[in-house]
Amino acid sequence: MTVTEEAAAPQIGQERRRKEDQRLITGRTRWTDNIVLNGMLHLAMVRSPYAHARITNIETAEAKAMPNVVTVLTGADVAEEQGSLPNAWPITEDQKAPPHPSIAVDRVAFAGEIVAVVVARTAAEARDAADLVDVDYEELPPALDLKEAAEDKTLAHPDLGTNKSAFWQFDSADAGTGGSVDEAIEAARRDGILIEREYRQQRLIPAFMEPRSVVCDPTGEQLTVWSATQVPHFVRFFIAVVLGVPESKVRVIAPDVGGGFGGKLQFTPEEAITVVVARRLGKPCKYTETRSESLMSGHHGRDQWQRLTLAATKDGTVTGLKVDLLADMGAYLGLVTSGIPILGAFMFNGIYKFPAYQFNCTNVFTNKTWTDAYRGAGRPEATYAIERMMTELAAEVGVDPLEIRERNWIKHEEFPFSTVAGLEYDTGNYEAATEKAKRLFGYDELRAEQQRRRDAKDPVQLGIGVSTFTEMCGLAPSRVLGSLRYAAGGWEHASVRMLATGKVEVVTGASAHGQGHETAFSQIVADRLGVPFEDVEVLHGDTQIAHKGLDTYGSRSLTVGGEALVKAADKVVEKAKPIAAHLLEASVDDIEFRQGRFGVRGTDKGLGIAEIALATFAAHDFPEGVEPTLDSDATYDPVNFSFPHGTHLCAMEIDTETGGVTMRKYVCVDDVGTVINPLIVAGQVHGGLVQGIAQALWEEAVYDDSGTLVSASFVDYLVPTAADTISYGVSHTTTPSITNTLGTKGVGEAGTIASTPAVVNAVVDALRPFGVIDVRMPCTPERIYKAIHARDGADTGGAPTVGAAGPHFDEADTADRTAGNDSTDQNGSSL
Amino acid sequence: MIPAQFEYVAPTTLEDALQALSEAGDAKIIAGGQSLLPVLRMRLNAPEVVIDLGRIESLRGVRDDGDAIVIGAMTRHADVLTDPLVRENAFVITKAVEVLADPQVRHRGTFGGALAHADPAGDLGAPALALDAEFVVAGQGGTRTVAAEDFFVDLFTTALEDTEILTEVRIPKRAGWGAHYEKFVRVAHQWPIVAVAAAVRVEGGTIAEARVGLTNMGSTPLRARAVEQALVGQPATDEAVRAAAASAAEGTNPPSDLNGDADYRRHLATVLTRRAVLAAAGA
Repeated sequence: MTVTEEAAAPQIGQERRRKEDQRLITGRTRWTDNIVLNGMLHLAMVRSPYAHARITNIETAEAKAMPNVVTVLTGADVAEEQGSLPNAWPITEDQKAPPHPSIAVDRVAFAGEIVAVVVARTAAEARDAADLVDVDYEELPPALDLKEAAEDKTLAHPDLGTNKSAFWQFDSADAGTGGSVDEAIEAARRDGILIEREYRQQRLIPAFMEPRSVVCDPTGEQLTVWSATQVPHFVRFFIAVVLGVPESKVRVIAPDVGGGFGGKLQFTPEEAITVVVARRLGKPCKYTETRSESLMSGHHGRDQWQRLTLAATKDGTVTGLKVDLLADMGAYLGLVTSGIPILGAFMFNGIYKFPAYQFNCTNVFTNKTWTDAYRGAGRPEATYAIERMMTELAAEVGVDPLEIRERNWIKHEEFPFSTVAGLEYDTGNYEAATEKAKRLFGYDELRAEQQRRRDAKDPVQLGIGVSTFTEMCGLAPSRVLGSLRYAAGGWEHASVRMLATGKVEVVTGASAHGQGHETAFSQIVADRLGVPFEDVEVLHGDTQIAHKGLDTYGSRSLTVGGEALVKAADKVVEKAKPIAAHLLEASVDDIEFRQGRFGVRGTDKGLGIAEIALATFAAHDFPEGVEPTLDSDATYDPVNFSFPHGTHLCAMEIDTETGGVTMRKYVCVDDVGTVINPLIVAGQVHGGLVQGIAQALWEEAVYDDSGTLVSASFVDYLVPTAADTISYGVSHTTTPSITNTLGTKGVGEAGTIASTPAVVNAVVDALRPFGVIDVRMPCTPERIYKAIHARDGADTGGAPTVGAAGPHFDEADTADRTAGNDSTDQNGSSL
Repeated sequence: MIPAQFEYVAPTTLEDALQALSEAGDAKIIAGGQSLLPVLRMRLNAPEVVIDLGRIESLRGVRDDGDAIVIGAMTRHADVLTDPLVRENAFVITKAVEVLADPQVRHRGTFGGALAHADPAGDLGAPALALDAEFVVAGQGGTRTVAAEDFFVDLFTTALEDTEILTEVRIPKRAGWGAHYEKFVRVAHQWPIVAVAAAVRVEGGTIAEARVGLTNMGSTPLRARAVEQALVGQPATDEAVRAAAASAAEGTNPPSDLNGDADYRRHLATVLTRRAVLAAAGA
């Protein structure tokens, strides 16, 4: 039997339309909130309006008496069974953390915390009754401001005795990865350049499209839980360990999930409560949050103060970087809350060859919604800091920001490169990406236009921002996670099942929530096994189907999950070889596999993989001692992170009369290694860019003096729409990663990580002639206007950066260049 | 989010609607629902009865009424936007509707509903005020006409009695006037931080008449009368308009919020007024 099919074009690299989109965009799919079960009850949460208060009494009688209300439960009612929500990343041995009940028992620590749950036959009746639960609070002073909280002025959790949860340090001298940063700083102070800045990473809200929703059915032998989550395997594990249900009795399904951005990387109080209530009542229960609840009580992201000290020689060669972070945990430690700033610890040095580095982070409690993973998680904060600082260094030296970077970055021939933060960057080519980006951007022409506008005192000024970023993603080598005291590993699992008809089922432990795994993974398997793209079915997101997995976050699905898939597919081929040899009456050493066909070397004899699959299914004519199966699985633990990089260039027009900003041009050249599907990569880059640009310009979670979230709806929390974007120039260079078979690097977070500093650098670049050296994010028109006019007596609305420049600085570089203004504040203005 | 329970009625005539309104103890009128539904869903209001005007055909459409045009209260923004009578005789309305919210809202929301909601950041109040629109209000005892100046009373408060319904808005024709609505926002779908509606009649390069309304510079839409007076007789040049626009913030009381404090808004008002007037004058 011979197969003479024409060789199919490789699927990898093709712009395949996403398989999953038809069901998603035509509404044929079923989201968690669409699930209806017989006899299902609905939950509504009663939430604290106060940031910090003692609960003195909860009156539930009136609510219980409402029609079709089944019960109302308070924290006291479930105190025994609800356990404490998990923190999987105690970053230090002595990390302090308060107990974290799903329903507060006697004290609430942020506005939005759940104090009771109403269970009724319809969602409307549950909501109506929730309004009638009467809670008496005795208000306590809230700790709100991060810096004040770090000084323990007011305690977020009086029982802890301090707001400081943990202090974590990395020092290159101690680690043996570099020299002493203090010596570098002293040397720079004597005879070099020292730049000190303080930057604010404002609090952000993940704002995924599908609000979180959970359904629990306790009526079967197993507890079945559907949840709009990124992490069904985590949820299963924590239902077991927090609520005491045997893990084998829990099945968690993440059906199609509408976005997460880290916001659904959590074991939530609402998930725990729904399970507790369903088990108690023996009935299926559903809870779906409202958008208001989502914004108020779903975990937030970022929220840091960054004090940065960069030391350099007079010619702008970097000699040291010291980072002091205050990180706002909010009221509790969620799943990975405490570890988020630590993920940035290895990235503050960026792509530059710092000989000395020190990172210090203090995690601080406040009475606000807890923070946790949000797209980029720790790395956007780090990238922002270093890319802003390198731009400031260029300004001090008086050279182009790209030139200062080139003087200091790792050259392509220097890879693999061991960094001062202890990582080994495997590959990269910063020169190539930058060169291409400059060309696509029209860098020199835009610089010339900028000069013309400056000379003409054009009311609309032009600023050009640069961000040459790298990031570590593909979380993560388990050994590294272990060394950082993270509770879990970082491997991923995959199975490949050959069906009798030649179709292929692929099971992945990654859990897609918009990424397009079904399409990209089908492309990989189609190439690996030589089967049609359409014949591959990708299964995921159900712990009964994908029994092993560590889910999707940290740009890991392809670099880790994809590699597991490659290894599983390769095992299928290896298993098929002796079977093919037997059927073809050849020696297994003569069997060669190419494009779906097992051939006998030197002959035209061969069998297609589908034929082997059918023969294996029948198992009538089978080699002695060989198991009749081709199905294979693999668990892959990455040996290293992946390090995508790129050069992002942004041109912003600033209306100096209003402070209004308009993006003029944005070009990015990302090196994400081998691209499986350019369409999906473009989507990830576009979406990532917008999310990062939104941090620079629009989004901020703001609390008032009593701890109430002011930006509690999309009226005030400004998530951009397509109308606020421009056409981005998205391009690539390709330096394949050498740490995985396919040469891929992560792309899910790259755009978000890179774009924020590019935009702010552009804004500051436009304003530098006005003596402005920083604008706090989001760069609102008001902040920009006031920064421009700070020198002519307008209220700046913010304190200037402290100690921004050393005494050795040439004043001309930071002085106000506007006519008639004598600069007395060489630090420049800062908002 | 789920609103509290309410009774829903959808009369087909104005008389039935007025009847239902007078009988209900605590009723809200729903027009396009673009403001009311979020209020109900967030349970900021819980009326017993919601009276839907969507089936009353007579409240819909734009008509010519001699020296005025009449816009039915239930005319959707999208229809106002494309209406030739509005464009010809009240161009500043067209310009404002062009940038009002987003296409979805413009296809559901109504002209009268937006005005009766009286959000000081709403885009229609300032143009209506600048054009001296008249609000025709029906009650069980008959109809009355309220001048724009008197219609807007305070934040979300109009001269409408609880038992009255806004049926139509009469706008005196101003054919041949130039107009512009200058709206300042951070993201496209946002309520204006400040916006300025300007309509001017230019004769031989000189501003003969000017009307300027301000959005979100106080608890109601405001008229920038000092600017209007200063503009008359001035050439439509940057210098002259800049001088006149300097008094745009006179007598205003703008809010302070996440998008800017009152002082910043006062400054914006002067810049946006200059731009609106110059654009309206075609300069």
